Amino acid sequence: MPIFEVIDFRQNVYLCTLLIASVFFLLGLQGLSHPQTARRGLSLASLGMLLAVVGTLLNSKVVTYEWIVGGLVVGTVIGVPMGQWIPMARMPERIALSHSFGGLAVALVGVAEYFNYARQLSPFDIGAVGFEVLLGTVTFTGSLVAFGKLVGVLPGRPQTFPWQNTLNLIVLAAALVALAILVAGPAQHAPFNTLLGLGLLLGILMVVRIGGADMPVVICLLNSYAGLAAAATGFALNVPVLIVCGALDGGSGFILAVHMSKAMNRSFRNVIFGAFGAEAERKLMEKSTGVVHEATPEDAAEVLRLANSVIVVPGYGMAVAQAQHAVRDLADLLEKMGAVVRYAIHPVAGRMPGHMNVLLAEANVPYDQLYELDHINDDFQRTDVSIVVGANDVVNPAARDTPGSPIFGMPILNVDRSGAVIVLKRSTNPGFAGVENELFVRPNTMMVFGDAKKTLTLIAAAVKNER
Amino acid sequence: MECRNFLILLYIFALAVFAGYQVISKVPQLLHTPLMAFTNAISGISLVASLIMAGEDRNMASSVLGAVAVAAASVNAVGGFLITDRMLRMFKKKPKTKA
Repeated sequence: MPIFEVIDFRQNVYLCTLLIASVFFLLGLQGLSHPQTARRGLSLASLGMLLAVVGTLLNSKVVTYEWIVGGLVVGTVIGVPMGQWIPMARMPERIALSHSFGGLAVALVGVAEYFNYARQLSPFDIGAVGFEVLLGTVTFTGSLVAFGKLVGVLPGRPQTFPWQNTLNLIVLAAALVALAILVAGPAQHAPFNTLLGLGLLLGILMVVRIGGADMPVVICLLNSYAGLAAAATGFALNVPVLIVCGALDGGSGFILAVHMSKAMNRSFRNVIFGAFGAEAERKLMEKSTGVVHEATPEDAAEVLRLANSVIVVPGYGMAVAQAQHAVRDLADLLEKMGAVVRYAIHPVAGRMPGHMNVLLAEANVPYDQLYELDHINDDFQRTDVSIVVGANDVVNPAARDTPGSPIFGMPILNVDRSGAVIVLKRSTNPGFAGVENELFVRPNTMMVFGDAKKTLTLIAAAVKNER
Repeated sequence: MECRNFLILLYIFALAVFAGYQVISKVPQLLHTPLMAFTNAISGISLVASLIMAGEDRNMASSVLGAVAVAAASVNAVGGFLITDRMLRMFKKKPKTKA
């Protein structure tokens, strides 16, 4: 057989592009270890993707192009706006939605593969297809529910009912049983269809019970499932690049989920199986008494005018009010007056990992002013004023001082130790965890109520006038 | 796929998990959102499976499923890289002397 037969040549080009893509993806991820190398890494990874797509189109199995072109055109028409115009504050929703696309793509490939090849598949193949379909469908519906909750179409509070965990476990067990039956007799369609249905159901059941503050963990988990589903596809189709990519994606989601859980002092199991802030515990905490010092923007400005060091602590409220630009304007003003302004970012501030960093970067805050919890927490006691913009649980001293509080043990930013604390808040409602915040009644705290963006603008104006 | 082949794939998976862990744990918290967007973009690699499905011309159902999968995966590939780049462009160092 001639070595350079045309078909073989095309096949080899295809395999080489996939290898190059795998290496480029890894190098791209490596670039993300620093903001200065990140964009180079990204270009490398996108080049890898392009090569892989071109290589696949050269694959000898591809004989018609109409459906491919149609799919690519639709995907690009949806993808470009999703990449270019979605505002940064909407990033969690956007990521959740694209996880669902990823899950859908993988699940559909699994379905087509099963119905085309069921009789020729080995037990290993059929097992891989089963996992692919299960993980793909769970990711698809789970991410859609997460998306609905983040957008506000579905209620954001955890939807709980009796025997929920038991039900979820039964559904999971039933899906695994269906998978086992499928492996034993691949020609039967019923177990496959059951698996498909149970996967879709499980995704919904898993995410409806998750509350807003736990969203970061769930988004990471769904990221992880999407990756594992892709890896299963790689096993089923014998395509190593999918396995490599799936491993990277799955690993990244998992690492982030663990990171988030740690930052909330909660176990994985607790996030998945326990809706947050059980009723009894919440009642206990509502006894906290004290006087809220309500202040006007002018009062806040007076305090800030005298400050030499300021730390800004952003939370989800900043994203909701789109207040990042107003934060930056105030910070600029204070810096011009000689104060040192820094930002303290709690790992779970916002609705996804790194949410606050992206928003502040959008407002042109240089990233060397953004500090992680461990790197700034000891500095609060030497800081004149902390400004809390729409954060709640991550600055609640009860997590540090009150054993028995539902959030006790969660690492917090010690804003209460700074000279003065200005809290910008829409109202005195407890945060998502449903826990009263003692910080709000501390003597060194002043509360300025109202829309964070407006309040910040008013404070900045007042600082300017008094100057 | 026979057992031997399965083991080879498992081998690749294990090494990729290890390499991924090493690389990803070095990504700073600062870039965690771009990291998610990035992994989301590279998950568009499932295109290599769906492109073949859509282009095989096996039967109508398979082509349609393939085409939908191509669309869904390319949304991630195209949109994912665009948005990650948009985000990364925003991360700037040191303010130049502010006017």
